[in-house]
Amino acid sequence: MEKQWEEMTSDERQETLFQRWISAEGVKFASPEAEKLYKERTTRFKNALQLKTEPDRIPVFLIPSFGPAYYAGLTPHDLMYNYEKITPTWKKFYMDFQPDAHSGAFVPSPGKFLEIVDFKLYKWPAHGVSEDTTYQCIEGEYMRADEYDFFNHNVLYFFNNVWPSRVFGALEPLGMLPPLAGVTEMYGVSIPFIPYGTPPVQAALKTLMEAGEEALKWIGAVGAFGPEITAEGFPACQVGVTKAPFDVIGDTLRGTRGVMLDMYRQPDKLLEAMEILTPTFIKLGVDAAKQYGCPLIFMPLHKGADGFLSDEQFKKFYWPSFRNILLALIDEGVVPFIWAEGGYNSRLEIIQDLPKGKTAWLFDQTDMARAKETIGKVACIAGNMPMDMLTVGSTQGAIDYTKRLIDVCGKDGGYIMANGAFFDEVKWDNLRAIVDTIKKYGAYK
Amino acid sequence: MAKDLVTALADLKEEEALKIVKDRLSAGEDSLKILEDARKGMEIVGNRFTSSDYFIPDLVYSGEILKEVTELVKPKLSKAVESKKLGKIVFGTVAGDIHDIGKDIVVFMLDVNGFEVHDLGIDVPVQKFVDKIKETGAPIVGLSGFLALAFDSMKETVEAIKAAGLRDKIKIMIGGGQMSDEIKNYTGADAYGKDAMAGVSLAKKWIGAS
Repeated sequence: MEKQWEEMTSDERQETLFQRWISAEGVKFASPEAEKLYKERTTRFKNALQLKTEPDRIPVFLIPSFGPAYYAGLTPHDLMYNYEKITPTWKKFYMDFQPDAHSGAFVPSPGKFLEIVDFKLYKWPAHGVSEDTTYQCIEGEYMRADEYDFFNHNVLYFFNNVWPSRVFGALEPLGMLPPLAGVTEMYGVSIPFIPYGTPPVQAALKTLMEAGEEALKWIGAVGAFGPEITAEGFPACQVGVTKAPFDVIGDTLRGTRGVMLDMYRQPDKLLEAMEILTPTFIKLGVDAAKQYGCPLIFMPLHKGADGFLSDEQFKKFYWPSFRNILLALIDEGVVPFIWAEGGYNSRLEIIQDLPKGKTAWLFDQTDMARAKETIGKVACIAGNMPMDMLTVGSTQGAIDYTKRLIDVCGKDGGYIMANGAFFDEVKWDNLRAIVDTIKKYGAYK
Repeated sequence: MAKDLVTALADLKEEEALKIVKDRLSAGEDSLKILEDARKGMEIVGNRFTSSDYFIPDLVYSGEILKEVTELVKPKLSKAVESKKLGKIVFGTVAGDIHDIGKDIVVFMLDVNGFEVHDLGIDVPVQKFVDKIKETGAPIVGLSGFLALAFDSMKETVEAIKAAGLRDKIKIMIGGGQMSDEIKNYTGADAYGKDAMAGVSLAKKWIGAS
């Protein structure tokens, strides 16, 4: 009899998730060739990630921001306001460049939805930045310094009511709604409902319904991308997302400046908040892996990069709760695909404290030779194709750099070729040359 | 407890620093002397950042303490503080890019190293750089950017400075996110600074102070 999930070891769980990914049950492939490519590609990733055997060659993974839009001669704005263009645009990009996996087509958010809710956290094309420009986050204190006690005792209420009332202009009245915990007796049962009768709250609730309808329209168009591109032989890779608790707080709750000051002024409360966030962000990753049928989960890292924290601060504030999330994901068979943006040179020794063959670390500007010698001993490493090579460098330069990466990182497997940072408009010949170079020189004998 | 403001600020002892300032003010001490000590403290912070003993959070925190000190002292200031500066620099994050963390650090380091920095902020239009260079006569310009879109904005800014006939009189440095020597060549700037310390060294070299 097959082992139940609860009885499995983390190795067995990971293997089960990988086998589900590789077997692609229910997928109707466009051709036998597409099916063959799909199996080869998923197996290639699995072998690179597990560090048990060399894959047939180095996998190549291209992760765009609005790249496919520029490639098709469209602006980000075009796609954000014409949902039906997203799937064909994204599909053309993958069909033309033939990397070994896709990462969904969720980059173009629905523009009309953002307008309905009056999203304030980011500038987006024609709303703060030009139509042909990508999103940019507006740093702010969306959680005040004196709100830790409240946050730490009401985290769900904070995310359901307080947070939306601050980042969505049209949902501001939600901040007036009380928790319903008091409604456990006959007397006064109607009292917490009184705000729901007021015009501002009713307007906000109507906005929520409209926003929901718009989001449905969008997913109706974008949702086609996954099945269609998989049918062509491209596996979904790291479509789901979760984050390190320090980044959750530092990116968009307290902001960079806020979280840095909290380390000095209220360290215990900051640590407590990160502990409280941990189970939620474990569940996000585990659920996404199941939902998308891919064991790889995307984890973008920001505020732990070189220079952002001292070693002591990294060890005290960043690494413990982040590591707890990694270990919990690993236990569930999920493979965190971690994007260490910026430089991670000063962290390479610390992050080695992980079980072998369970994570992938994508580096942007880190010294890859040192990465291979440190974290590369216990994890698959990835990335490092620099942005300047893609945007202003020569095609020959991109080819030479790719060959260097093959030599330095590819030895004995455990490397995935990828761009170091999300890309928008680049020199397409350079991108093509990188993929071709990997296919030509990246094979293991 | 540290008795002097210089040490308290340099060691990031917020409460101590503020208490010392309050005590000295109520003892009727000249506010300019207090500010001079605060400046010395910040200089030590800058040195510790240069030697990698301090990191970005330490700079942010020291800046916060300095702000509080200045607020305490300000009402008692009889005249504006004048100190001799090494030279003028016009600085900003280029058009289309709204990132400021990196820029603020370089501005901070240039400031504690004695430069008069005219910080134009973020998403700075090309013409604003040109106007400020003309207004201040600054011999150095710093262009900051985090995103790849900044490559072109930097190039356009350098070209506009050239078109305004100012290129020969000034030195231009770039830095931030995805910048490199390759991008420096692309933009036509004079140098790429890998971090804030590199920015300070370049500025000192260019005005002949190093």
